Amino acid sequence: MASDRLPADLDTQPSPDQLLRQLGTQEVQLRHERLKVFLGYASGVGKSFRMLDEGRRRHARGQDVVIGALQPDLPPELERLVETLEVIPPRKVQGGESMNVEAILRRRPRVCLVDGLAYDNPPGSKNAKRWQDVEELINAGIVVITSLNLQHIEERRAVVEKITGKRVTQTVPERFLYAASEIVIVDVPPELLLERAGQPSATDPTLANTMDRLSELREIALLLTAEVVDKQLEDYLLAHGIERRWGVQERILVCLAPGCDAQPMLASGKRNADRFHGELFAAYVRHPGLSEEEETRLKKQLEDARQVNAHVEVLDGDEPVEALMGLARAHSITQIFVGRSRREHWWDRFWGGPIDRLIRAAEGIDVRVFPH
Amino acid sequence: MMESDHGKRGHLKVYLGYAAGVGKTYQMLTDAHELKRKGVDIVIGYLEPHGRKDILVQAEGLELIPRRKVAYRESVFEEMDLEAVLRRKPEVCLVDEFPHTDVPGSGHTKRWEDVVDLLDAGIDVLTTMNIQHLESLNDQIWNMTGVRVRETIPDWVVKQANEVVMVDLTPRALLNRLERGVVYPPAIARRALQNFFKESTLVALRELALRQTAYEVESRHVTPLDTTWGEAAPAESEPGNVEASGPTNERILVHMTEHPSTAMLIRRGKRVADYLRGECFAVYVHRESDFSSLRVPQREAIEKHLNFARNLHIETRVLEGTDIAGTLIDFARLYHVTQIFIARPQYSRWQGFPGRNLVHRIVRKAGDMQVTVVAERRREKPM
Repeated sequence: MASDRLPADLDTQPSPDQLLRQLGTQEVQLRHERLKVFLGYASGVGKSFRMLDEGRRRHARGQDVVIGALQPDLPPELERLVETLEVIPPRKVQGGESMNVEAILRRRPRVCLVDGLAYDNPPGSKNAKRWQDVEELINAGIVVITSLNLQHIEERRAVVEKITGKRVTQTVPERFLYAASEIVIVDVPPELLLERAGQPSATDPTLANTMDRLSELREIALLLTAEVVDKQLEDYLLAHGIERRWGVQERILVCLAPGCDAQPMLASGKRNADRFHGELFAAYVRHPGLSEEEETRLKKQLEDARQVNAHVEVLDGDEPVEALMGLARAHSITQIFVGRSRREHWWDRFWGGPIDRLIRAAEGIDVRVFPH
Repeated sequence: MMESDHGKRGHLKVYLGYAAGVGKTYQMLTDAHELKRKGVDIVIGYLEPHGRKDILVQAEGLELIPRRKVAYRESVFEEMDLEAVLRRKPEVCLVDEFPHTDVPGSGHTKRWEDVVDLLDAGIDVLTTMNIQHLESLNDQIWNMTGVRVRETIPDWVVKQANEVVMVDLTPRALLNRLERGVVYPPAIARRALQNFFKESTLVALRELALRQTAYEVESRHVTPLDTTWGEAAPAESEPGNVEASGPTNERILVHMTEHPSTAMLIRRGKRVADYLRGECFAVYVHRESDFSSLRVPQREAIEKHLNFARNLHIETRVLEGTDIAGTLIDFARLYHVTQIFIARPQYSRWQGFPGRNLVHRIVRKAGDMQVTVVAERRREKPM
């Protein structure tokens, strides 16, 4: 992207890059059919119940379902569900138990339920992590349905620890979620969670802090699921050769230029992206013959853009509007931020300057014009 | 922000889904049984089983308030019997299909208005809705599905809910249910598969529902995750400081016209203002002090847009002035507006002087404000 000029017809012709991604998509899709994850934001939301209940219903519809792993200390309502299904007993290793992958592979069920995806196997096991066991099952063609608590996702661990104050050691990499064909969020209001945990009343003011913390975790889990779903949508559209003309997620593109005041645009772009839980991009279309002062200003702008975590792109193109629109289309941008230039040519007034042309070209995209 | 609990207003819980058949009503009934077991006095005010067996079975054992029959145009329709529920005065009432429009002559126009009455009477309400009925998403939904959803709920009504819970099911599981005839009878199922129930559409709707639920959770309980959320007016912002700080004072001014794109502009402006926790105004600029010189369709369009904005709890004004851009900007300065929302002009193939159009003039004059040119999300290709 950094040096290739974007063709004007990018939105109709798949680029080599897109074709490559499409291939990758097909590869992912092979695995897709075989992994389903029930995600919850805390323990007690009902992930295991949903997982076992799905196993029971599939079994009732005639599918060959077994339970590969269970968490210790099952509550009675889960015991009843477990009784309806075949359980492959775990393997005893010194110091603990692990899922008996060999036995499951020999048994060859169509569906295997694995509770507690983030579980660490005891030392001396073939795989250190249960999710690696699960990968073996998936690769052998078995459908795996599993449950996972938000706090066990490696990439989210730091944020979650900050909220809960609890250290977590057993984790699953986030990419594992992205490879899942199906992710289901088990959503429950925090009140109900506290009630189930035996708290007398969720309206108790001393629980306000706990409620807020649970809500934060809940929000993170919902947004993470939305991100995974967004990726799935992208994969689906790519695989079917459909160009996305709109975004579910807000994606903001800030146009940098030495003649503009970029800071308010970046600040606002950052805040909007944060608020909408969207993404921020910043782009500069290379322009020959910049003065030394302009070069310095531009460098500062690019630096500032990286500071606010924007995806920064430097584009080449004789036609800046065309280059920017190519980028905007490629990333399903929903809003373009552009600044009025300090100096304006007199003919812009009559023939329309770059901003007019950008507004005209940006069909389906909002354009926000910032003062200089 | 959490609504302050004044008096004994009922508690409202919304089960949010992204399509028929994801299990909203089922989940609501399951929770109702749990409440009943705990001794809560709970009734069903309105249930829409769509002939689904699992729902009818799940509703067994719960008290059902008989529906009220309403005659309309030689047919008889059934609505929730609001009076009967109010007389019965349960602790909790189930009301299925929150966005439903009542048959004319049955009291309120909208079921959500019935729900507000129940809440005012101190009754807790459990209700269900799909994301596509949220007013602010109407254009996006149309864009994705090609369906202009008519039964909508203003966002501020959903904001009144104490809890919004996402009822989730994967699109593939939903499509399986549809194919097995669990959701609709075959003829309707076939039609449904052609618009809302395409996999890509379902995935997109689901993402919208997840994001909306996250937003609802955040706006009730969570202090924003970012720290730089105040955008001072550009004139006050400190140069050299990317992280402009200060209190939120985002003020959005929507420019209304008689053009149909105004509805889209209003929705978009309000949504952005809500997300930025700012304010939203909508104004129409007119040459004269009243509408008497306007042709009837034009006047009706303006009045419709004014009403629409008011229903979304947006403050509206009609301003008098011959120079639209100038009048708009003077007003914006007076009210410390930070952003003006205007519709993207309808470009014709040949254009003489682009500088003459309104957008151009507003951008030129708004020396110290941001101007957002809002594009209509067109449906170019069916998905």
